[in-house]
Amino acid sequence: MEILSNLAMGFSIAISPYTLLLAVIGCFVGTIIGALPGLGPANGVALLIPISFSMGLDAISALVLLTSVYYGAMYGGRISSILLNIPGDEPAMMTTLDGYPMAKQGMAGEALVVSGVASFVGAFIATIGLMIFAPYLARVAFKFGPAEYFALYMLAFCTLGGIGSNNQAKAAMAAAIGLGIAMIGLDKTTGMPRFTFGELHLQDGVDFLVAIVGLFAVAEVFFFIETHGKNSAIGVKLGKILVPWRMLRQTTGAMLRGTGIGFVAGVLPGAGASLGSFLAYTAEKSVARDKSQFGKGNPRGVAAPEAGNNAAAGGALVPMLTLGVPGSGTTAVLLALLLTLNITPGPLLFAERPEVVWSLIAALLIANIVLLLMNVPMVKVFVHILSVPAWILLPGVTMVAFVGIYSLTGSSFDMLMMVGFGVLGYIMRKLEIPTVPVILGILLGNAMEDNLRRAMVLSDGDWTFLFSSPIAIGLWIAAVLGFIAPIFLRSFLKRPPLPETEPKVGD
Amino acid sequence: MKNWTKAAVAAIFTSIAVPAAAEECIAPANPGGGWDFTCRQIGRIMTELGVVPDLVQVTNLAGAGGGVAYSQVVNERNDDPNVFIAASSATTTRLAQNAFGGATPDQVRWVGTIGGDPGVIVVAADSEYKTLTDLVEAIKADPSSVAFAGGSAVGGFDHLKVLMTLDKAGFTDIRKVKYIGVDGGADAITQTVGGFAQAMTGDLSEITGFIKSGDVRPIAVLSEERVEGFEDVPTAKEQGIDIVAMNWRGIYVPKGISDEDYQKWVDALKQVGESEEWQKVMTENGLAPYSIYGEDFETFVADNIAQVQKISKDIGLLQ
Repeated sequence: MEILSNLAMGFSIAISPYTLLLAVIGCFVGTIIGALPGLGPANGVALLIPISFSMGLDAISALVLLTSVYYGAMYGGRISSILLNIPGDEPAMMTTLDGYPMAKQGMAGEALVVSGVASFVGAFIATIGLMIFAPYLARVAFKFGPAEYFALYMLAFCTLGGIGSNNQAKAAMAAAIGLGIAMIGLDKTTGMPRFTFGELHLQDGVDFLVAIVGLFAVAEVFFFIETHGKNSAIGVKLGKILVPWRMLRQTTGAMLRGTGIGFVAGVLPGAGASLGSFLAYTAEKSVARDKSQFGKGNPRGVAAPEAGNNAAAGGALVPMLTLGVPGSGTTAVLLALLLTLNITPGPLLFAERPEVVWSLIAALLIANIVLLLMNVPMVKVFVHILSVPAWILLPGVTMVAFVGIYSLTGSSFDMLMMVGFGVLGYIMRKLEIPTVPVILGILLGNAMEDNLRRAMVLSDGDWTFLFSSPIAIGLWIAAVLGFIAPIFLRSFLKRPPLPETEPKVGD
Repeated sequence: MKNWTKAAVAAIFTSIAVPAAAEECIAPANPGGGWDFTCRQIGRIMTELGVVPDLVQVTNLAGAGGGVAYSQVVNERNDDPNVFIAASSATTTRLAQNAFGGATPDQVRWVGTIGGDPGVIVVAADSEYKTLTDLVEAIKADPSSVAFAGGSAVGGFDHLKVLMTLDKAGFTDIRKVKYIGVDGGADAITQTVGGFAQAMTGDLSEITGFIKSGDVRPIAVLSEERVEGFEDVPTAKEQGIDIVAMNWRGIYVPKGISDEDYQKWVDALKQVGESEEWQKVMTENGLAPYSIYGEDFETFVADNIAQVQKISKDIGLLQ
């Protein structure tokens, strides 16, 4: 077993009291960074890079610290999603849909434990997948050209209806707003700026973190002010945290499905954790018999996206390490770190620097176990940070949001834009338009358009190119089914489960 | 626990907002990128050599591909003698294309370059094109038969490398050249290995792994001479196309400083460029020697910008 001996070597390098201490610190800081709105894994890791340089850490210690922060932030994002209805980072967005309703029904503790375990399952299986399949999976990326990516994003948009449970038209409108915002910035296919009005700060487009923090956190502040805290999300009570074994058993399937989907989305460069958690959620909803429960506090709606986004985080390391292609914003930052440490990820990394790869994998496994311990038995510690009285917490959240957004580029323009998004979020909530599709539009719109345009350049404008490979055709079929199936299935499925699920709504 | 939050917040504050004392290097991008690398390495070596009295403070000021930093230096720090800014081919390319909101290259003073990342053109290992000449002939025969993938947007430096090469090779209809811009050199490689694009253009340092693993075959390096460590890769010049495209690493300083201060920076950069520490950094990071200083560098920048403007007009990016 070559893998086991390699892994043993990795552990022998990674396990020292010093690196373990770094892992614990990294996990803790990461969880907090993830839980704080505005600070996500990407800027958390970016902020810590200069610190790890000034601490004079060697390559492996720096990797242990920063990957712990990375995984920690992926775990932490769910805490504020569930307790505050503000996603701590973009992949945790889907967790708000069912996590917050659960918390409102007094099941905050259960939601945190289920999502914590789901995070562990997703991340742990993904790390093992990374270990075993990385060299083979690297080849998958070669099969995905512009046409295939475009079909993949179409699949995501076609299943978008799955999240706007109340009013599909409003969800579609919100997604269109998001797509419109995604158009801002430099157009890669012509090199010309679009909708920037000569403003330099708009040339890179709108950072989705600015949009998320504005739409969720700042809008929440406006709501809080308007209602004097009465209708605000802040202030969910958290009772004793017990491990809800029954609920964990019920959600095992959801976790495993979420892990699979998330891992595949992570492995494809250009898809990433947000797409992973989104597809995990919509897939879970489509296989579930009691669809009406989703969006109202279904534990499976918490388990699937959390497993999905953590598995995607592990999956995203595959193309980053084996091809040097970052699958997400955070892995882009980690890639930059590796390059500065004189480690060049690429097809030869596993052969040339096995000590780096295997100690990184060992570090990921260690970080996962530390995080499981921190996030299930010790989750109260983090909850305490968020459960101070609202009149202290909200100014704090606002401040961290501003600091986090300022840290993105170091310009005040993004902060103003964030406030603008806050106003938009407030208006949208008043009109009961969901804000999640806006973020998805911004996140996926750019990549979808870029790939369509690239496909058109490659094929000289021949649209049949989009259906020219088996993978693309398969994805198109899935997309069409994802769009049409709910319309026909609704009439079949709606009647029988209703009586069974009715009593559950009340409690 | 609140202390922890405070500590975390304090750490975040210090990492982004240390008061500017002594020498400062502005990296117009986030930590980890090429400009950040330039600032950190040059700053570290300056301190080690004793060229500057204190540690060089690195400030990251990302946005608009360097445009935010450029306009801030021009508008707010025009007479600050203690600041220098990391720059590369991307900086002059965007200036030439008027992508910095109306800023012009003569609003700062160009100090010099101390190294460069040679441009390369590669094809998939099983490609029918064996030499640069093969590729150029194929494009001349049918421009739509070859699509290039590169790590920059249309009009960016990777795209220009192809266009300048073809221009020198006597292919004038450069608007017909197919190019797709993806996110970085490695991504461009996957599109090429996957067969979606027929050739890839980028910087040598970003794709050395793929060359060594045999996934791709480099058919030309766009430097004056063959590059150390890649002796079997012929230059474009050897194949009869007189093109050199180096992604240079250098710095500029504000316009309003005195000639003495400017000279001070030129000398300081020269000392770094000639130091053993820098030679080591270059070999470790796949950079090739490429040094031009002072007046010569200002001329180089002006020529480079004129060349980019000509090509950009040809492809319709500039009116």
